[in-house]
Amino acid sequence: MIGYILRRFGAAVLVLFAISVLVFLIFFATPGVDPAARIAGKNADPATLAQVRASFGFDRPLPVQYVLMMKHLFVSHDLTSFVNRGTLVIPQIIDAVPVTLSLVVGAAVIWMVLGVGMGTLAGAMRGTLVDPLVMLLGVFGVSLPVYWLGEVVNLITQKQLHGSVFSWVPPLGYAPLSQGVGQWALHLLFPWLTLALLYAGIYARLLRGELINALNEDYVRTARAKGLSERRILIRHALRCSLIPIVSLFGLDFGALVGGAALLTEVVFGLPGVGKLTYQALQNLDLPVIMGTVLYAAFFVVLANAVVDVLYARLDPRVRRA
Amino acid sequence: MPEPLLEVSDLRIRFGGFTAVDGLSFSVRPGEVLGVVGESGSGKSVSMLGVLGLIRTPGAKISGKVVFRGRDLLALKNAEMRAIRGREIAMIFQDPMTALTPVYTIGWQIAEQVRAHEKVSKRAARDRAIKLLDEVGIPAPEQRVDAYPHEFSGGMRQRAVIAMALSCNPALLIADEPTTALDVTTQAQILDLLRRLRADHGSAVVMITHDMGVVSEIADEVLVMYGGRAVERGSRTEVFHSPRHPYTWGLLDSVPRVSGPRVRRLPTIPGTPGAAGQGCPFADRCTHRLAACAEAPPLSGTAGHLDACWLPEEEKTR
Ligand SMILES: Nc1ncnc2c1ncn2[C@@H]1O[C@H](COP(=O)(O)OP(=O)(O)OP(=O)(O)O)[C@@H](O)[C@H]1O
Ligand SMILES: [Mg+2]
Repeated sequence: MIGYILRRFGAAVLVLFAISVLVFLIFFATPGVDPAARIAGKNADPATLAQVRASFGFDRPLPVQYVLMMKHLFVSHDLTSFVNRGTLVIPQIIDAVPVTLSLVVGAAVIWMVLGVGMGTLAGAMRGTLVDPLVMLLGVFGVSLPVYWLGEVVNLITQKQLHGSVFSWVPPLGYAPLSQGVGQWALHLLFPWLTLALLYAGIYARLLRGELINALNEDYVRTARAKGLSERRILIRHALRCSLIPIVSLFGLDFGALVGGAALLTEVVFGLPGVGKLTYQALQNLDLPVIMGTVLYAAFFVVLANAVVDVLYARLDPRVRRA
Repeated sequence: MPEPLLEVSDLRIRFGGFTAVDGLSFSVRPGEVLGVVGESGSGKSVSMLGVLGLIRTPGAKISGKVVFRGRDLLALKNAEMRAIRGREIAMIFQDPMTALTPVYTIGWQIAEQVRAHEKVSKRAARDRAIKLLDEVGIPAPEQRVDAYPHEFSGGMRQRAVIAMALSCNPALLIADEPTTALDVTTQAQILDLLRRLRADHGSAVVMITHDMGVVSEIADEVLVMYGGRAVERGSRTEVFHSPRHPYTWGLLDSVPRVSGPRVRRLPTIPGTPGAAGQGCPFADRCTHRLAACAEAPPLSGTAGHLDACWLPEEEKTR
């Protein structure tokens, strides 16, 4: 198992290296484009251009450029955004990470609890009215786009009913943990629920299918013939096996969301997270920031993948050998 | 004659409009081996699943009487039935490759069954699992007890499943084609094992198979099924030496002989054998068909050798 973990993380490091090279090549070695002009932004003056050219070594061979870029990113942390003149890129990302992590971790807890609960309920109660009702609820969650739902939630909690029922809802934005867990959670409550609703629906639907398949498996029949209780069969046997694919999907979704895919939720709720940072950078064509967030996102997706693979091996003894 | 351990009378199992088991009756005495034969789809598995209350298909209708040790199993509550399943009646299924939960070790799964029925410590249950694995011939059971199903071969898995079935010393073991998915050598070993275990534990066995060779090796009594009904029932010697139903004749002739050609062969007929609404289910394939076959013959006969056929007595003895 230890060997497997080491191998898996070794592979992850290699993948990250490959991604960084690829990103670097896409951004700076595209033929016919002056990378210095890209970094310096639109309408940069010649002095800035010259300065960028020197500091990134654009007159030197590609491998040297790559090393210099990585040094700016990871060692000296002094990659600067030229659109927002003088803002350092890395601290910006570092500031945004806790916001995104708070949002995604909280939402993930909610959607896993809801999704697994609803999926198990529907799968176990197949043939009764509970199943279609729960699934209808799931479809409802899946079919509401985050930006629309978020706006509606804001309209209700911040305007329409803010005077009465929702007077306890704080204004949009993020409250760091240093202001107390209560404020932090209160600010994130509706973003969490909004983001979680979509995923809960998807996960419930998926788990229900897996569970129904598992309940038809021979090993469930064996478990019944052993004289186990229906509850034990459902949870220890059928659900345990159905969770394996759910966990792997969860890893991918979680990685992508932390990597910036929660953009819409962040923008709607005014949370200054990584997604919002990327969104602004894209609007301004702020290349250094875009590159920084892309690498950051890749890092989380790859990391989440590695963690999932290890977890997968814990859950499923059959993959441990591989 | 001792009291039967299990007595099934007029068992009927319907899935929607389809009758899978149609008025089946048989009994098993303590320590006896009943061989149930019949081709694919004749209702062997379904009838045994029905006996154990393991049919979960919505809309399935089960009627009749299944008396085990004086209690009617079909009338029992779920919890009461659970206490019987796995402890007093154990069942082994056809395909050992999929019969075990893939994510738990063999030992865990055996211990789970022990602990479902007896108040013993984890330690003691594990020790029992090791002992059982040893008994069914798994080498190095102390290590193998921690192996996962995918680390076992098919034959070893079937041994593990048998060990699990025997873990609470059941009075009745229902084995649904326990050797069909295995190669010939392994088949012989498993049959050997079942025979030995029966001698050691004294369990009665219902052995489902479509292989007359297996029946001739292990059974005391034989039940021949066709289209959801019993077509012949009797002791092994009677059924093998003086079979009375045309379907049994065909079955016996299809067993490869060491010498000589096959005498008769069942004509192959398209479609699946199923219970015909009325009439003898075998009539369409029968070379001795009579006008009376439009109506289902009752299972009747003398002194424990019964058959369901309209042929006159003298023609039933070949
Ligand atoms: N859950 C079910 N729903 C509907 N029909 C079923 C169900 N289970 C079994 N049947 C039908 O009942 C009939 C008897 O099936 P059964 O599995 O008992 O056959 P079998 O004698 O065990 O055959 P085999 O030797 O292939 O195992 C078949 O025609 C089958 O299609
Ligand atoms: Mg069968």
